[in-house]
Amino acid sequence: MSRPSRRSTAYALAYRQARIHISNPVLFVPYMLFPLMSFMAFAGGLSQLRHIPGFEYPNGYTSFQFVFVLLQSAAFGGVFTGFAVARDFEYGFARRLLIAAPQRSGLVMGYACAALLRWGVVATILTIVGLIARMNIGGGGVDLVGLYTLGGIVNIAGTLWAAGIALRTRSIQSGPLMQTPVFLLLFLSPVYVPIDLLSGWIHVAATANPMTYLLAAGRGFLAGEETDVLLSFGVGIALATVLSVWAFRGLRRAELAGGS
Amino acid sequence: MSTPAATALLAEQVGTIAGRSVWRTFRQPAVMVANVTFPLMLLAVNSNGLKAATHLPGFPTDSFLDFFLPFSFMQGALFAALVAGTDLGRDIDTGFLNRLALTPMRGAALLFGQLGGALSLAAIQATVYLTVGLIAGARFVAGPLGIVVFLLLALTVALGFGSLGLVLALRAGSGEGVQSSFPLLFFLLFISSMNLPRNLIEVGWFRVAATLNPVSYMIEGMRSLIIEGWNGTALALGFLFAFAFFGAGMTTAAVALRTRMART
Repeated sequence: MSRPSRRSTAYALAYRQARIHISNPVLFVPYMLFPLMSFMAFAGGLSQLRHIPGFEYPNGYTSFQFVFVLLQSAAFGGVFTGFAVARDFEYGFARRLLIAAPQRSGLVMGYACAALLRWGVVATILTIVGLIARMNIGGGGVDLVGLYTLGGIVNIAGTLWAAGIALRTRSIQSGPLMQTPVFLLLFLSPVYVPIDLLSGWIHVAATANPMTYLLAAGRGFLAGEETDVLLSFGVGIALATVLSVWAFRGLRRAELAGGS
Repeated sequence: MSTPAATALLAEQVGTIAGRSVWRTFRQPAVMVANVTFPLMLLAVNSNGLKAATHLPGFPTDSFLDFFLPFSFMQGALFAALVAGTDLGRDIDTGFLNRLALTPMRGAALLFGQLGGALSLAAIQATVYLTVGLIAGARFVAGPLGIVVFLLLALTVALGFGSLGLVLALRAGSGEGVQSSFPLLFFLLFISSMNLPRNLIEVGWFRVAATLNPVSYMIEGMRSLIIEGWNGTALALGFLFAFAFFGAGMTTAAVALRTRMART
């Protein structure tokens, strides 16, 4: 029998995760509903904010919020995948997985692929809803590729962060530990208004927050006005690289613990 | 059995179940801490992130903290609902409810008692949110008595949401089922006047949805005490919808409990 490669391990795990979500809507629906609800609440309920003096985004408030919700769904897609990793450890499946997969780094890759796949579905639905809600798109094809690529990077970073926690704790109890920092990172960025309209400590926090630059670049892509493109991709890739070290070290810890 | 004796027995049964419910809630510090701190984080972020909204013409106050503070209490009530629902769901899951059915425990005692944990959590949350809000600079135009009425309304709302948690548990039959209903409950908060007054909501369908949503009136009842003073209409509507929520929730839960008991 041939030794399974890293890629085949990743593929098998991603396939399994996809099947779980297709056959268990209970696991998929909440993840899908969160961004949709946020989009409705923010774009629908707060659209008056575009009248605030100094609010200058050419494509309207729906587009302004769409980018945030898209990146939010990407980040939380990663967090929900962390829940799946933790659940696999709690149910003992991960222990068998560690024994069966000689190329164990493929496991982290598999979970990341599954997260990306799941986010792809949510991003598609979200985009359709955005278009129905008359979201204006000022950017061209390349800009949109840039926007969704940024989302993909955020999704991978989110998965690596949450998987790192799950591999260390191996318990679903660590759920708040996975999602609270992600939540803070997201909401300490200019969610509702551009950064220039923030004041006080939240302005300082937003300036230091890497998510601010990803958000600015994403909004720039949608408006067709490139903003902080190199900076945002640099920040995103650096984040994903650091978090991959975090996740793979977590995997080593899980291996040392025997998956228990 | 004479009526006073029956009432005393019912009170004793409620007390027993409520004591167990409170004890269970306090034995999960991780749940307590998360439920108390998460709304505070959202309060800190939103009261600053949305401060610019106070520049909108017609915005009722110049402090977004004052405007947004009631949302923390609503979110706390939502978490209390999840606690009540998850605990009852677990009782169903583990067979505790079936064993209880063999005892003379009355359904009403079980339902009211199960709310004990949710109510105690809501009381702790309310105290923390109020303290943090006052320290952060929130001011009640209605004065100290307004704070008392505010807390009463917040606890009534928590009871209302708690009863909804019981309904979800009895229908789903598991704690996991209750947890997965969380986004739907959150939806009620989102589609309300939590972020802007209804008259400033620009999108037509959202304004209609917020007007039809009872949660808007609960929030506005609490908010009126902070930013307006004594607004009889807002308060009456807030209490009315909170009690209606509680009444409808307990009635539906009683029917669902009877169905579940008959099934077992």
